[in-house]
Parts: sequence; structure tokens; C-alpha cells
Amino acid sequence: MNIAVCIKQVPDTETKVRVSGDKKWIEEGEINFILNPYDELAVEEGLKIAEAHSGEVTVLSLGPDRITSAIRSALAMGANKAIHIKTDKNPLDPMATAEALAQVLREGNYDLILLGKQAIDDDHQQIGPILSEKLGIPAANVVTKLEVSADKITAERQIEGGFEKIECALPAIVTTQRGLNEPRYASLKGIMAAKKIQIEEKIVTVPDDKIEILEINYPPEKPPGKIVGEGADAVPELIRLLKEEAKVIS
Amino acid sequence: MSKILVFAEQRDGKLKKVAFENLSLGKKLSTDLGAELVAVLIGNNISGLGEQLGKYGALKVIACQNDALDLYQPEGYAKILADTVTAEDASIVIMGATLMGKDLAPRVAARLDAALATDCISVEVSEGDLKIVRPIYAGKVRATIRLKSDKKLLTVRPNVYPAEENPESTEVIEVAADPCEIKTKVTEVMAGSKDKLDVTEADIIVSGGRGLKDPDNFHLIANLADKLGAAQGASRAAVDAGWRLYEEQVGQTGKTVSPSLYIAVGISGAIQHLAGMSSSKYIVAINKDPEAPIFKIADYGIVGDLFEVVPKMIEML
Repeated sequence: MNIAVCIKQVPDTETKVRVSGDKKWIEEGEINFILNPYDELAVEEGLKIAEAHSGEVTVLSLGPDRITSAIRSALAMGANKAIHIKTDKNPLDPMATAEALAQVLREGNYDLILLGKQAIDDDHQQIGPILSEKLGIPAANVVTKLEVSADKITAERQIEGGFEKIECALPAIVTTQRGLNEPRYASLKGIMAAKKIQIEEKIVTVPDDKIEILEINYPPEKPPGKIVGEGADAVPELIRLLKEEAKVIS
Repeated sequence: MSKILVFAEQRDGKLKKVAFENLSLGKKLSTDLGAELVAVLIGNNISGLGEQLGKYGALKVIACQNDALDLYQPEGYAKILADTVTAEDASIVIMGATLMGKDLAPRVAARLDAALATDCISVEVSEGDLKIVRPIYAGKVRATIRLKSDKKLLTVRPNVYPAEENPESTEVIEVAADPCEIKTKVTEVMAGSKDKLDVTEADIIVSGGRGLKDPDNFHLIANLADKLGAAQGASRAAVDAGWRLYEEQVGQTGKTVSPSLYIAVGISGAIQHLAGMSSSKYIVAINKDPEAPIFKIADYGIVGDLFEVVPKMIEML
């Protein structure tokens, strides 16, 4: 089985995000970049499926030179090949990113395309369903359970208060959600092996963004709250405040 | 006259609250832009729902029905909605940032080659264009954006805009819709671990963290949530420890929520948790450590032993 995993490099979750001077983006200087946690699930799932179905896993990622460290992380987990997609400009609109990915994915004849349900930086959560439309193949998104056979998949996708069960034929796209698996740690052997793998580079022209960022801001600061009191004795006053001041309970 | 189209999400013939919220937002935008407000329903046996949409300002309801659409079917819904947007020549399409909306909206955007802003928390008219705010980095910062395509698609976060009644005499148009070839086939909807309220839909959330010390102690969170008609949430620490299921996790790698009231019990307030819940209207923190970061964003705090404070709250409510 020929499996592609699309990954993104993102700032880690402990990052204190700082708005850049021109307010158009964020300061990248001191950020510790990691492999997007949801994409880690996709890599793990790809490796598991490849092991069960004697397949091969190719990771694809679009972005500047720094993203090779995220690609190496995926290779260290066990992926076989990697493609670094280089573009004439850095797309900020997921529609443009998806178009660039689709161009490369079409050439690969993949049976299964895996990616995280969203990237934890810009939080668009659009790439999976857009790829489904652009490539004309089914997509099960936000998946927490997956069974893959030679020609089809059965998946459970998270919805409010439950799950949707999905069936579709291969080739297909699956976007991964926490609960699907526990990503493995890279072994020392894996890390060493990953260093020897040549990352293929592909240059792709991306369409113009249709989303324009006017400004990035911090959320408005909340006025300082109050400590109602200490211990159980403070509960009556808390309940009074919630009923009479905040009016959020009755 | 230009048109604003609101996708009125329903499951099992029951409209989602976000459908009314989005109609109220659509009403506001349609007044500012001099546009007509149209609601679109997709499903099976849904024609009875049109009247409720009129109550919230829809001048026209297009009910697209097909036997194959008892459940949400991604390509089927996407084709019907994209076709309707084209037929109505709508310039703005508003959907809920729900699990359905997040799956559907990018598909419709791809079909229309239109720009899509997801999970918006503010949409205003400014100089004849839409000025949109959406949180990024799970809410650590917010991006103000504009969409540069003729048709502009939005998903709006539930619970942000209030649902306000604006009764209109509504015309309900029934359409026998053609869902085309459904490739991603939804075969069944299963209820979750319990038939409980999801944190993203709840008006009140009670969340527990590492301070609960033991998974068995989460009955305190469940009981308090029951008393308040609230959904139950959890911190990443509690989920990583295997105490709670992932679907309850609030934060950057969990769910981002904006309830009216968020009660954080035994949660210190790691930056990734705060990102997911800091846009709640009111935040209550109960923690024994007065230096815990959660108190910095809490409207009301109680410093103390949660095993004394929470039972007292349950008793008094």
C-alpha cells in the first residue's frame, strides 16, 4: 500500500505567541518548532497500516527550510521517504496550500493520504476536505478509529456527543484526531537511519491567497478577577455572585 | 439585491442552536449591506423546520430534501449547498463551526473556488466589506482578516452570537435535491460514551484537572455538572493520565470553547489550557494554590481544597 502523510511544522503548545512589530504575523525568533501533534497521529497511523499491509510511507511537507526538522522527526519515527514542497511564495490561505499539495499528491498515486485534522498554529482545519474535492476522492475527517482493508476503509469520525461511522473505497483521505493511536517515540536507530534518507525537493507554483490578514492582535485583556474567599466558606458568596452579578446561573 | 445565505444545520430533524445564532448574525449583516437573508436546509423530512427559521429573520427558506440524506453525507451536502449558493447568487454564506460545518464548508469553498474563514468570533461590515476576526494558535492571538473572493464563506463559532428572534413571514421552498455520487458514505451515527452534552455546545462547562488526584474523584465534577446542566470537561493533564476521555479535553490540542460559564476545578492553567477556554464569558477557578495561573484569568476564584469546596457547591445548588 502506497501511503502519503502530509505534515506541518508548528510552534509547540507551550509557546507564548508574540505578535510581530508590523502586526501582520508573529515573531518566530525564539519559537521551538515541532511536528504538528495531530500530524504525529497521522504518521503513526500510516506506519501501522504500512506494517500490516506491506506498504511504504512518504511524508510531504510544504514550507521554508526550517521544516526539514519536522520532516526528519517523521522519518525518525519510521517513514520511508520524504518530499519537501518548496513554493514561490508562502501561502497563508489553506485553499492555496491544498492546491500545492494536490499537485504533488496527484503524481504519487497514493492509496491512502493521511494528515492531522488541523494544524495547531493557524487552526483553519480545511486541508482534508479541500483535498477530497480537489482530488475527487473520499475523505473521512476527524477520525478516532480506522480499519483499512485492501480496497476500502471503515472509520469513526467524531461529532458532537457521538460518532459518525464512515465507509469508503480507496484511494481515500483520512484526517486524524487524538484517540486514534499513541504515536511512537523515535528510536536512536530510527533517528540515525532518518539522517541518511535523502529528502526529495519539489518546486510548486501556488495560487494567490484569497485570505488577507489585516492585523494580528492579542485577545482583549480581562479586568482582574476577584478572589471570592478561601475554602468552602466562600461558596455562598460565589453562588450569589454567579446569580446576581454575572447572572449566568439561576 | 445581494443575498446572505445561512446553512441551517439539523440532525435528526432537530435544528442546532447555531443555526438561529447565525440567522441573527445574518440579519445584522443583511441590514448593514441591504441584502436578503435566506436559510438553506438540507436533509430528509425537514420541511417542518422552515417556520422556526422564519422566526429568526429568514425571508426565504430553501428546504433541499432527498431520501439518501437521512444522515450527513459530505459530498451530497457539499454539492447541494454549492449548487444552491450558485443558483441564488449569494455573496455571503454562513455556517456553524461545528463538526459538520468544519467538514462541509471547505468542500463547498473548493467547489465554488471561494475563500473560507473558519471558526470566526466576530463578523462586521466595514467599508462595504466584511471584517472578520478568527482566533489562531487556539486563541493565544486573533487574526483580523478579509476575504478576497466574490463569494465569501464563513463558519462561526457556536455560542458567540446570541440567537435573537426577528419574526418574518417566511416563504418555504421545497426542492427535490440531487446529492450526486456519495463517495464518503456515512452509514450510522453512534452516541458517544454517554448521551451527554458536548463541551463545544454547552452553555456551562465544569472541567477537572490533575488536582482531582484520582479518576474516581471525577464524580464530583459529574455531580456539579449535573446540578448546573453543564457539560463535563477536562485538562490535558487529566486526559494524558488516562483519567478522562479525549473528547472532554479543553485546550490547544483539545477543544476550544466559549461558554457563558466555565468552572475550572483543580486546574492550574497551563498556557495550552488557557488558550482553549479564555474566551468564556465568566470563568470560576477553584484551586488550592493561590499562585496558580488560572486565577489570572478567572473572574471569581476560591483558594481552597476542592474536596471541600465542590461538595459545598453541589449541596447549595
